[in-house]
Amino acid sequence: MAIKVFIPTPLRAYTDRKVEVEAQGQDVGEVLEHLMQAHPQLRGQLMNPDGQLRSFVNVYLNDEDIRYTGSKKTPVKANDTLSIVPSIAGGCPAAVASGRC
Amino acid sequence: MATAVEPAVLNKEEILRYSRHLIIPEVGMEGQQKLKQARVLTIGAGGLGAPVGLYLAAAGVGTIGIVDFDVVDFSNLQRQVIHATADVGRSKLESARESITAINSNVKVVGYNTRLDSSNALEIFRGYDLVIDGTDNFPTRYLVNDACVLSKIPNVYASIYRFEGQASVLGLPDGPCYRCWYPEPPPPGLVPSCAEGGVLGVLPGIMGMIQATEAVKLIIGIGEPLKNRVLLVDALNMKFRELKLRKNPHCPVCGDHPTVTALIDYQEFCGLGRGGVAPAAEAASAEAASEERVEVTARELKQELDAGKDVFILDVREPFEFAIGRIANSVLIPLGELPRRMEELDRERTIVAHCKMGGRSAKAVEMLRAAGFPHVRNLTGGILAWSDQVDPSVPKY
Repeated sequence: MAIKVFIPTPLRAYTDRKVEVEAQGQDVGEVLEHLMQAHPQLRGQLMNPDGQLRSFVNVYLNDEDIRYTGSKKTPVKANDTLSIVPSIAGGCPAAVASGRC
Repeated sequence: MATAVEPAVLNKEEILRYSRHLIIPEVGMEGQQKLKQARVLTIGAGGLGAPVGLYLAAAGVGTIGIVDFDVVDFSNLQRQVIHATADVGRSKLESARESITAINSNVKVVGYNTRLDSSNALEIFRGYDLVIDGTDNFPTRYLVNDACVLSKIPNVYASIYRFEGQASVLGLPDGPCYRCWYPEPPPPGLVPSCAEGGVLGVLPGIMGMIQATEAVKLIIGIGEPLKNRVLLVDALNMKFRELKLRKNPHCPVCGDHPTVTALIDYQEFCGLGRGGVAPAAEAASAEAASEERVEVTARELKQELDAGKDVFILDVREPFEFAIGRIANSVLIPLGELPRRMEELDRERTIVAHCKMGGRSAKAVEMLRAAGFPHVRNLTGGILAWSDQVDPSVPKY
């Protein structure tokens, strides 16, 4: 099953600036794995070293947060879309000590 | 929505002023009176706070509180339309107060010229009907969220990055809070700032207007709020999408058995030290650690170059930034390309990496040290510091 994956702005640097890419799989986990194999730099952005999704990156199948639908085991159907939605805060990151935007 | 007080009376001037509201059945005199009685607190008079302040003033919100300790910077003017050129260098709070009063002198502006933190947030929030989160960093986002939940005040949330925005109304009874949505913040330095990532100036205008609209709706009690859902705005393609948000019954702040019942240290929560600075390049990989210092100031670098030291200056910014201005003899390898291009660099040479402000180059230094480059340092403060301390002919941006 090939479905559309929406790539958020902060991650487009790792998908050759594409806004949408296609990825294959029977469930969300397989789709994400396929996506990361096609764009290896995404792995470090999406996953922590244990292979779990990083907690400030949410994944939605259509409009549902996969945490509530079975996480990576959430089954995927034709015409589904996957959205990767990281937390954003705009302005200056806390890491920049000057605090000025 | 407002606390139980005598209905606010509108005088003749106000009736004329708000006539276009009064003749809409969904608003009417009753709705306008609710607006007059309402007390809305905006956190930040910046990109998001600007349209919120202006339009809530126009709408006749009776009391607008503003929390902002910053001064207007020239680069703010590209989007923070509540401030004008003549306000550069002035307190954002005072500039915002003046703009709001000029639109509508019926509005009472309450200013808080302070940084919002765990010691003052609950006190400041007390008595307000709504909080509008227009802040620009993760620790404050989590602070505002927790303070809203603890105070039982809705949090009209929006955030932006480049061309994308998110908006939702959090902290409603039976609704999710920010922690239900994102239980943990990203590690510091991972998400670039507006200064490093840029932002399309009109975007906070769109998102701030969505916040102002939600505020008006909540005050009057009409329409459907952005409850249990988040609006994702892609301004570049002008696409609006919605995702479902759920209240997490196990949420540590708003769940059935909360464990966070007081405000915490949010700098620490977001992985930052006391000074609000990430334990950045000092935490570089132990195998690649050398005895050399990891940071160098612009002045120190200039002294080394003048003394004839062989230093390879690595610029890790993007090509369009390189086009704005560069340090002489620097070589550009954008940070995103560094992993696959680092073999172009000479391991034996002394390398100083820089970006615009020092954040991206700190990551580059970590990356190179972990890959076994022993002589790599970070230019503290980036090319902006170089322009300040060494060569003012290099444009700041």
